[in-house]
Amino acid sequence: MANVPEGLYYSKDHEWLRVEGETGTVGITDHAQHSLGDVVYVELPKSGETFAAHDTFGSVESVKAVSELFLPVAGEVTEVNESLTDEPEKVNTDPYGDGWMLRVKLSNRGEVDSLLSAAEYEDYIGSLE
Amino acid sequence: MSATTLKQTPLNAMHRRLGGRMVEFGGWDMPVQYPAGTVEEHQATRTRAGLFDVSHMGEIEVRGPGAIAFVNRLCSNDASKLVDGQAHYTALTTERGTVVDDLLVYRFGPEHLLLVVNASTTEKDWDWLNSHRGEEDVQLTNRSADFCQIALQGPSALSILQTLTETPLEEIKYYHFREGKVDGVDAIISRTGYTGEDGFEVYAAPEHAEALWQKMLDAGRYGEPDGVLPCGLAARNTLRLEAGMALYGHEITEETTLLEANLGWITKLNKGDFTGRDVLARQKEEGVTRKLVGFEVTERGIARDGQDVYVEGSRAGHVTSGSPAPFLKKNIGMAYVPAEHATVGREIQVDVRGRKVAAQIVPVPFYKREKK
Repeated sequence: MANVPEGLYYSKDHEWLRVEGETGTVGITDHAQHSLGDVVYVELPKSGETFAAHDTFGSVESVKAVSELFLPVAGEVTEVNESLTDEPEKVNTDPYGDGWMLRVKLSNRGEVDSLLSAAEYEDYIGSLE
Repeated sequence: MSATTLKQTPLNAMHRRLGGRMVEFGGWDMPVQYPAGTVEEHQATRTRAGLFDVSHMGEIEVRGPGAIAFVNRLCSNDASKLVDGQAHYTALTTERGTVVDDLLVYRFGPEHLLLVVNASTTEKDWDWLNSHRGEEDVQLTNRSADFCQIALQGPSALSILQTLTETPLEEIKYYHFREGKVDGVDAIISRTGYTGEDGFEVYAAPEHAEALWQKMLDAGRYGEPDGVLPCGLAARNTLRLEAGMALYGHEITEETTLLEANLGWITKLNKGDFTGRDVLARQKEEGVTRKLVGFEVTERGIARDGQDVYVEGSRAGHVTSGSPAPFLKKNIGMAYVPAEHATVGREIQVDVRGRKVAAQIVPVPFYKREKK
């Protein structure tokens, strides 16, 4: 069973968002990393780039497959997890911790209301199986 | 195609018990990976042993006084050179010298051959063989349902399998086979594989598949840190790619000739006539216009199947297989490029989803095991 921590927001594209004030931290869910398999490559944007909600902000690759990454909410990138360049496996081992991908300055705090809660996301991934 | 119509090997329930992630592959429900993951499975095969269910492969028996002549007329390698107990890699060719399928031919006797073909092309090959029957006196039988096939590959494969058979495995040379018993049941023990490692492919009646598989896992101490791992299709693909082996539908198709695909070594132009021989002979004389090469990505990025290849700014070909290579820890691939550019050291670019990524043509195979 995939780990779905309380207190985070989730998208149907399997990204999570942690909101602290005006800052959002983004990564992919445990369900996503598990479906993907061994992550061998993460392509991320640079600080300062801005994205609309649901924009592609990068990609994550396993041996077998490529998945695009979608930003759950609009924002400007303030920090990128550079350590994933050399240690992409952190996305597998700690998807909600050391495997985080981006910090963004939220453009519109209200957008988070359109995302799923932990319980809703859990139901959603249950419905996919 | 819905899950209910997919074909299953006799190991389907076993894969599910082992936690295999099942996917559709050529009409079959097959494990793409097990819980250890593709990278671990790949490394286990390179350093210890990996176990693969290849029961989906097709087996077509050719019997009769004309068996060798028949196979020799339709395939590019020279089946008359095989001796009893020997196998070889060959191709069924079209009139254009392109590839209907690649396969192994096993010689059991002068009037008894077994063709082992790709899963997704078994029906096509069966129809092709039947529609190209000639004067030769042969009986063809599709025996695909009569065999399970389990591949045990890696440096420990021999010692693991030896605990289950009295057949002296050391005596079986590469690309040779013996009929014997494995775990007490009749089996064909073939020293062949698709990983670039030493290893065996064991054919037996499908009702013995589960017991054989379980015995091989146990003998290989599956579950211990240095034990054998069951391997899915993803590891099978990365292993064969590192070893520079072609995959039907990727490097070789009905649109690629054997010579373009660097399969001149199985193209015996002097053995007598075979389908497509004249085209291939002419191509050999005039030279090919495009050629399959291996490349290594030299900056950050992973090339994938189907992506465009550029040479000096112009689109020059496409990637046939591209992937991270887990053992070499590089991102590698194979591609068709114009023959004039097909030289080791040549810089090329791969269009990775809109970004041109630098790569360099390198020798194939990418990986070669150290021979004992």
